[in-house]
Amino acid sequence: MENVIEVNNLTKKFGSFTAVDHISFEVKQGEIFGFLGANGAGKTTAMRMLCGLLPSTSGKGLVAGYDINTQSEQVKRNIGYMSQKFALYEDLKVWENIRLYGGIYGVPEPQIVSKTNDLLKRLGFENERNTLVNSLPLGWKQKLAFSVAIFHEPKIVFLDEPTGGVDPITRRKFWELIYEATDRGITVFVTTHYMDEAEYCDRVSMMVDGHIEALDTPKNLKQMFHADTMNEVFQKLARKAQRSDS
Amino acid sequence: MNSTNKNEHTHPTPTNGQWKTFGSFVQKEFYHITRDQTTLALLLILPVLLMILFGFSINTEVKNSQIAIYDPSNDVATRGIIEKIKASDYFTVVRMLNNPAEIEKQFLKDDLKMVVIFSDHFYENMQRTGKAQIELLTDGTDPNSAMTVVSYASNIIGLYQQDLFKIQQIPFEITPSVKLMYNPELKGPYFFVPGILGMILMIICSMMTSISIAREKEFGTMEVLLVSPFKPMYIILSKTIPYFVISLVNLATMLLLSVFMLKVPIAGSLFWLVTFSILFIFLSLSLGLLVSSIANSQLQALLFSGMVLVIPVVMLSGMIFPIENMPAFFQWFSKLIPATWYITGVKKIMIKGLGFTSILPELGVLISMTILLIGISWKTFKYHLE
Amino acid sequence: MTNIQESEWAVKCEKLSKTYKPDIQALKNIDLKVSPHQIFGIIGPDGAGKTTLFRILTTLILADEGKAEVMGCDVVTEYEKIRRNIGYMPGRFSLYQDLTVEENLKFFASVFGTTIEENYDLIKSIYQQIEPFKNRRAGQLSGGMKQKLALSCALIHKPKLLILDEPTTGVDPVSRKEFWEMLRQLKEEGITILVSTAYMDEASLCDAIALILDGEFLKIDTPENIVRQFEPTLYSIRSLQRSKLLTDLRGLPAIDSCYAFGESTHATVIHNQISPEALKKYLSEKGHTDLEVVPIAPTVEDCFMELSKQMHQN
Repeated sequence: MENVIEVNNLTKKFGSFTAVDHISFEVKQGEIFGFLGANGAGKTTAMRMLCGLLPSTSGKGLVAGYDINTQSEQVKRNIGYMSQKFALYEDLKVWENIRLYGGIYGVPEPQIVSKTNDLLKRLGFENERNTLVNSLPLGWKQKLAFSVAIFHEPKIVFLDEPTGGVDPITRRKFWELIYEATDRGITVFVTTHYMDEAEYCDRVSMMVDGHIEALDTPKNLKQMFHADTMNEVFQKLARKAQRSDS
Repeated sequence: MNSTNKNEHTHPTPTNGQWKTFGSFVQKEFYHITRDQTTLALLLILPVLLMILFGFSINTEVKNSQIAIYDPSNDVATRGIIEKIKASDYFTVVRMLNNPAEIEKQFLKDDLKMVVIFSDHFYENMQRTGKAQIELLTDGTDPNSAMTVVSYASNIIGLYQQDLFKIQQIPFEITPSVKLMYNPELKGPYFFVPGILGMILMIICSMMTSISIAREKEFGTMEVLLVSPFKPMYIILSKTIPYFVISLVNLATMLLLSVFMLKVPIAGSLFWLVTFSILFIFLSLSLGLLVSSIANSQLQALLFSGMVLVIPVVMLSGMIFPIENMPAFFQWFSKLIPATWYITGVKKIMIKGLGFTSILPELGVLISMTILLIGISWKTFKYHLE
Repeated sequence: MTNIQESEWAVKCEKLSKTYKPDIQALKNIDLKVSPHQIFGIIGPDGAGKTTLFRILTTLILADEGKAEVMGCDVVTEYEKIRRNIGYMPGRFSLYQDLTVEENLKFFASVFGTTIEENYDLIKSIYQQIEPFKNRRAGQLSGGMKQKLALSCALIHKPKLLILDEPTTGVDPVSRKEFWEMLRQLKEEGITILVSTAYMDEASLCDAIALILDGEFLKIDTPENIVRQFEPTLYSIRSLQRSKLLTDLRGLPAIDSCYAFGESTHATVIHNQISPEALKKYLSEKGHTDLEVVPIAPTVEDCFMELSKQMHQN
């Protein structure tokens, strides 16, 4: 299968501090890739580089076939992004949010209209078209936020702690949405602090002090570290960390 | 770790050392201010900038000022005076006018600083009545240089008079009458300095105090402070102290600049000027406290104090537009603006050099306003979050 | 005076209600009793009413209806007494980002009229971990270190009751574990701890918990009792075909609900209507391989999901 992300010795230094230290990995199309690590391990920096927001100090990265340093505009056009902290404008209506994101990603006007209708129908939100986002229940908001993030049909969607603070049922329903998206061929790159969610990923990478310490399927990782759960794997790996600040 | 029995009775008594706590609050506020050096620099530079702006937009340098002369008499005396004017470094006579209708036209066309207008039969009048008239017409849009030009011209005329006296031994009196075009009130630094004082003090005290309180609300630190045993009102009061200090620094800077750069001397008592200003600072601080109890975010505090407090000072306090020219409603409204009273008071002490008794009405109004505002903000202060 | 008599309950709420305008009911008529010297967890997702409850208890906001007492003091009439005797750590770590670690701690000590030295023994084990960075500004600390500083600040006046609003949100599992170890030590010191969290796995670290959703308590009890009272039968199911597994299970009438749960899938079965063997057979007929179906004891998260489902059905 085609690689959607290819990273080779990617490094980011801030002054004398090496936030991301020669990381290399690939993500295949349709894969759910879990990107884990302790606070300050360099996850956010790495993710910013992959999204074309931050130039790397050295190393190479291809996302959706584009170079993250020289073709960051194309990278941004071909990815989706969602985080729990910021996903939708709470003071805009449902359709206004969809329209806005469609516009940002340059989806042609007639297409926005028809795709908005399709989307609302598929989510069962036809009656909520003119509802302000802040009056939607949390689970609906998440559904909408995720759908908006993949509205322009990106090859890959980056999810930055998408489920923080969410109740257990909504959290699981969200993961079912992720599965549906991967069935349609979208690649998912996700960070989380819930270790049970690490088990839902096809492959998981563990970042410690700017390095990728381990990368494999959850099953293999557990075998490798003689652990019963991903939480144990995480505890064993992250305890090795020397640095604790970001 | 120690076991349970050790911390049974060691509870601190917060009633002791309330002052110490207050002190550490004030210290914390100073930390905030000194850590944010950009803002601090802006606060300290702002008054200087305004002063310089007003100072330099009003050009005080007078050399080779272009003037025109209208001399219908063309006699010994007028020629003598004209010679003296021409001989001076200060003036360049660019045009002799032939008819009074030309005066205004040439004034604009040649960008003249002054037109010297002699009366008819100048020497004759001087001989017959001992009195003669010269009109000095200057550009009132540039009041500062207008004043300078006039004083140089008056000097030259005075010198001529003295020379004449030595020869003829007859007492003459040549009275130069000064007329200003465009700005008959001669609004210059004399009038702007009190206005800038009022505006800056209002900005620093009310805007900055309310913003810094709103910041604690926004960042959630207010929650922890409110949950502490320390009296919430003192938390707020401690915030006013650093801005009080900065206001004093600004007051000093502005007075120094006004005296040494803008050459606006303090005609009256410095003591009363400073005392009066401190009263106004108190008032502005209590306004800031009032705003802070309404505003929940820094943006709200900024807009609220900007729109409700600072803009009226600029527009309605007589700082720029003369109150007498306002519609009746605004005249009445301007009486509610503390800065109106402050500016009037400062003009009386600083410019007119009047004594303490002359500002009693302003003092009375400001004191009552301060007491009222402190009372209201004390009453409306919230001991809970909402 | 500052000392509060030892009272029967650290926290007692009766019929507490709070509505924000226009009509968001944050708390609906809740009752709660927390006995002293324990770690009591309020467990529920964002927006369930945890912060509102804590703000009422810390006297920051007033309830619309009902009564609340903290260490025997009424939250309305005796709020000053309460404020003196509790330590509070709000949801967003309330530190001054532009002050250094040491300046923050010093300041909060003086707010409570005390000094770092006077109460150093209580915070020592926590503060020592961040002391090497004491001249660093709080804004430049990592999440875990900010959390330790905030906890030190909340403890500096030796409060009898510590109220922590979502202290572990957004913090990685290692730091979370460390944090709970610190809480356990503080409990040993005799401090009552009231803590809220959205992480269900932290429930088992509390002595007693209240599960909260949409402004109502689903259950208040010890984690063990809550787990014991779980009614339906619970199966843990594994299959290689994971996403298909959910669809197939949901097609079975005997399965009440099923959700992914870490590496396996948890399914609740109504009244033992299907045995593990029968379920395994059904699934293998559907084409699942590497199947495993075992009855398991529920976790608090299973209980929360079941109880919240019941609440929504009512």
